[in-house]
Amino acid sequence: MTALLDITGVGKRFGTLQALEDVALQVTEGSFHGLIGPNGSGKSTLLKAIAGEHLPDAGHIVFRGQDITAAGPSERARAGLSLKFQITAVLRSLTVYDNLLLALQSADGIGSLLFSRTRRGLHDQVMEQLAAFRLADRAEEVAGVLSHGQQQWLEIAMALATGPKLLLLDEPTGGMSPEERRATGELLQPIRGHCALVIVEHDLDWIKNLCDELTVLDGGRVLDHGSIAEIERSAKVQEVYTRRA
Amino acid sequence: MLIYSPSAPVTAKRSRVAVLPVLELAGLAILLLLPWRLEEFGLAFVTRAMILALLAISFDLVWGYAGILSFGQALFFGVGAYSVALLGRDLGWMQAVVTLPLAAIAGGVVALALGWFLLLGKRPPSVIFVSLGTLTGSYAAERLVNASAYLGGRNGISGVPVLQIGGFEVLEGARFYGLALAVLVMVYGLSRVLVRSQLGLVLAGVRDEERRLLFLGYRVPLFKAIIFTFAGLIAGLAGGLYAYHEGYAGPVSLGMQLSTQAVLYTLFGGTGTLAGAVLGAFVIETLSLFLSDASPEFWPVMLGVLLLAVIVFQRTGLLGLVVPERERVGRFGRPPR
Repeated sequence: MTALLDITGVGKRFGTLQALEDVALQVTEGSFHGLIGPNGSGKSTLLKAIAGEHLPDAGHIVFRGQDITAAGPSERARAGLSLKFQITAVLRSLTVYDNLLLALQSADGIGSLLFSRTRRGLHDQVMEQLAAFRLADRAEEVAGVLSHGQQQWLEIAMALATGPKLLLLDEPTGGMSPEERRATGELLQPIRGHCALVIVEHDLDWIKNLCDELTVLDGGRVLDHGSIAEIERSAKVQEVYTRRA
Repeated sequence: MLIYSPSAPVTAKRSRVAVLPVLELAGLAILLLLPWRLEEFGLAFVTRAMILALLAISFDLVWGYAGILSFGQALFFGVGAYSVALLGRDLGWMQAVVTLPLAAIAGGVVALALGWFLLLGKRPPSVIFVSLGTLTGSYAAERLVNASAYLGGRNGISGVPVLQIGGFEVLEGARFYGLALAVLVMVYGLSRVLVRSQLGLVLAGVRDEERRLLFLGYRVPLFKAIIFTFAGLIAGLAGGLYAYHEGYAGPVSLGMQLSTQAVLYTLFGGTGTLAGAVLGAFVIETLSLFLSDASPEFWPVMLGVLLLAVIVFQRTGLLGLVVPERERVGRFGRPPR
């Protein structure tokens, strides 16, 4: 099967720090892929390199058969990549409704936006997506007053509203209560088969319940890759986590 | 693409009565009634304030709505002023339907050129880069005009001919007042439609969290360049009107002092509302008039302290005292009632 995302030999250096080195990763359509590793192992940097926030110094990133290594974030988003940031980046002064509308109208042309041609047509989709993320009753409140967990959900809903083929989630349960973490896992299940996921997460139990495959990073390099069972048996991975514990 | 189906009741809270439209209508009513109450000097003063309010609107569009801190709005204003002065002096053109649109276009073209350089880079430019870039543009233009004999040097171009609409002369007084009010209402109305549209939602997003919009697929620099150019058109139009009204186009009309005034009008009245920019221009101009009369030596200091107090202690400006934050930011989509 052709990979949806094919990363080969990616490297990224910040000054004297080699954040990523010769990283390779393949993600197939519709799969849920977890990125794990100790702090500073390069997980978030890799996710940002895929999304276009950091352009790699070496290697290639091919998405849906196209080399997007030099493309900016908005080009990658239009190609079908979507990112939820580690620190929530919802539009805090706008209503929850407008946050979703902004995401759903992202494919509209300037003329259509100026004459508000899709505003009415998108209403049902906005409310459905908000309902799916348990935010419908907060639609007219400003996003800044939502709890941290709800802001995370809103940002995931926004990232999904653009209709991506690959959703990148950087610590989607960071700062959430155990109940919110469980609910987040439930909210992500329905997209299986429609959209592939790459998730960076520290909660290993949570990520094991959600993902099909794991890639373990350490010191900016890929330490191991495989199914959940394979990674759990991996001596290299156990050694790294034991060493850091 | 929608992946989910509704799983919870869809409800939304209802909003209160809006304050801003009431203020807008009240302001329009006052401006419509003023010609019956004012003498010649008063009419000229309010006309000038309306023209400067156009400049303030142009700044509010770029800063209050799109987060572009332009310290060079007077550059586009001055280009509009010099355009009509040159069209009158060199070509004898003075028909409003030709010269005012040309003044607007001249302002827009210069804004597009500057915006291209400052805003259309591969990476989003910083606020400091844009503010210093626009400030430098305004400063350089003022110096350039000062040194140009063709543009009248420090003396500028005086004797700008009387504006005409067909065979009708738009003389200073009630006629010019009516024209300036019509232009202000038109520009305000167009700007209001723009900022309340789905395009306005994109601009509000750019102001709030530019990075989020990039990752949603928006070509953020392009949207910034569009609003910057539109604001340049408005400033150019205002400059054209100003030159006709004063009968003069000079270096001050495109320099840093007027650019700073546009910033102060908007911050004082309240950014991101349009109405705040208009209010700020009127209040500051009125205060300047009375304070300069009351204390010819110290009025700039008194005005400066007052402006500083409002900007520091009332960050949403004068309008923020009566318009709630939620209404100030606005709502772009809303569940049907």
